[in-house]
Amino acid sequence: MASHAIEVKNLYKIFGPRGGDFVDQVKAGMTKGELNEKHGHVLGLQDINISMPAGGVMVVMGLSGSGKSTLIRHINRLIDPTAGEVLYDGVDVCKMNETDLREFRRHKTAMVFQKFALLPHRTVIENTIYGLEIQGVPDAECRKRAQGWIERVGLKGFENHYPNQLSGGMQQRVGLARALTNDADILLMDEAYSALDPLIRVDMQTVLLDLQKELKKTVVFITHDLDEALRLGDKIAILRDGKVIQQGTGQDIVLKPADEYITAFVKEVNRGRVINVETIMRPLSGNPEGMPVVVGTVLESAARMMTLANQTIAHVVDANGKPVGSIDLGTIISAMVTPISHEKVAQAAE
Amino acid sequence: MAICSYLPDLLCKFPAIDETTIRMARKSVDEGFKGLVRSYVNAIDALVQPLQWFLNYLERLFVSSPWIVILAAMVAIVYYGSRNIRITFGTIVSMFAIGLVGLWNDTMITLAMVTVCTLIAILVGIPIGIVMARSERAQSIINPILDVMQTMPSFVYLIPVVMIFGIGKVPGLIAVVIYAVPPMIRLTNLGIRLVDKEVLEAADAFGSSPWQRLKNVQMPLALPTIMAGINQTIMMSLAMVVVASMVGVGGLGRNVLQAINNQFFTVGFFNGFALVAIAIIFDRTSQAYGKRLQKHSEVIHG
Repeated sequence: MASHAIEVKNLYKIFGPRGGDFVDQVKAGMTKGELNEKHGHVLGLQDINISMPAGGVMVVMGLSGSGKSTLIRHINRLIDPTAGEVLYDGVDVCKMNETDLREFRRHKTAMVFQKFALLPHRTVIENTIYGLEIQGVPDAECRKRAQGWIERVGLKGFENHYPNQLSGGMQQRVGLARALTNDADILLMDEAYSALDPLIRVDMQTVLLDLQKELKKTVVFITHDLDEALRLGDKIAILRDGKVIQQGTGQDIVLKPADEYITAFVKEVNRGRVINVETIMRPLSGNPEGMPVVVGTVLESAARMMTLANQTIAHVVDANGKPVGSIDLGTIISAMVTPISHEKVAQAAE
Repeated sequence: MAICSYLPDLLCKFPAIDETTIRMARKSVDEGFKGLVRSYVNAIDALVQPLQWFLNYLERLFVSSPWIVILAAMVAIVYYGSRNIRITFGTIVSMFAIGLVGLWNDTMITLAMVTVCTLIAILVGIPIGIVMARSERAQSIINPILDVMQTMPSFVYLIPVVMIFGIGKVPGLIAVVIYAVPPMIRLTNLGIRLVDKEVLEAADAFGSSPWQRLKNVQMPLALPTIMAGINQTIMMSLAMVVVASMVGVGGLGRNVLQAINNQFFTVGFFNGFALVAIAIIFDRTSQAYGKRLQKHSEVIHG
């Protein structure tokens, strides 16, 4: 079953008893501060327009209070929007009735939570089959399907343990297995790895990327960590105060930060792992020299390959092996170490 | 009072409604209530008949079975519930002591009564607790009623119970249930309300229906609290059985009542201690069982 894209259109969320009354005022330019001061309502999300790619990983990034967790909860409507649409396969999730919504949640979405949200009185396997069980799938079938996913996430042998007997990383593997067992098109991950320590987090990111290569689900991943966003995201949207301030690929964001806020974020990023060779290569002049480097290789890998091969010059080839540009170690290193400030980009653009 | 000579009479002596009016009002309420009961006496009898049968059946079963069978059953239940040798051994010793002082039959009658009361309290209390947890309005209505039920002196509501149901075992049973059900309701409500919001959200995100949410998440996670409620209900039933003996409930309670009336010091204490022994057996067993239900929450991995 092919995954479909998710379209979020003109989405607004105003928290408070009379949220709907203030949408027009917010559209007319009332700020979050004004709304809170004058009317005691909190502006959660403001004019969100994101097109989430089918079969790709969409990362929504923002600091706490930016509205990212609110946004992801609109996709399976754990939170009702004040105005706007969330379209999946042409259907507006926000207009579904209770039965349709339940069916949508059962068959189309699966969610992984920051604090795991496992059922403490159920064992690993019983947690994993939860989604299938409430769909009414027979127990034997549930267990057979769940077993495969438990093994895929590396929990073989822990089927009959209780969540409290496992470490945080292992609990989140259960959370992931539970979501995958549901076999839904959309995988919603709400800061799924934020509670894990750094090494385990990287490990879990690898698990997700490996699975995604094969599953091609539409993944919506929420995080506050830019490195994580850049590693996982096919597309990234950055949220601040309930507004999208930039969206695009990881490279777009690192190379062309939209404002000071994002520039400040991007400064600390390991650029060698984000920028691809084709971004900084020069056009070919004459014959291709040195070793070939495939398009899409990040600078860090290219530098490592060249250093190991003891070469300072390389040429970039496309997927078919056709040379498309040239590159040298000096350029790579200078691109890796120089952060581009917001002003410089602006000047370059002029 | 000296101060009264400076005050008008109205402010000094409380202006009570005069006695004739009160007497009239009291009379008409009492008469009205009696009339109401009298006209529905058949319906009321039919309604409580199943309770009567159930209670009589259980009482006969407990009293007429050989003591060794009852003791074996008790030991089995206590051991299965608590998985604790000390509690099981304590049960055997105390039941022997009760038998030796000649209170076996009375204890069986009380045991039957408490068993029925607890079952009814659970049957009534859990659904009400669930309703209360689901709706703020239900909570705001039921809470004050529970407050009244718990603070009203138990002798006072024996009066309408006797007026409606007469004297006997069933009215006693109803009085005990009224007295013992509030903790069951309150703790069911509390237990459900304390269930982790994140886990509920997860249940919703996977598309649980309200019933699936209740069955798979709320009830299992509230169970330890509900067990505490059952424990409280049992303790309160045991305490109330003595008071209920005033309206014709037999067993240990009646002996205590007789002991009070006749100043039989020793008889009073024997029966009192028999009640204490049963209470401790029930309490320790249900608590140990409740703790075992929470085995999954033990943190083994740090």
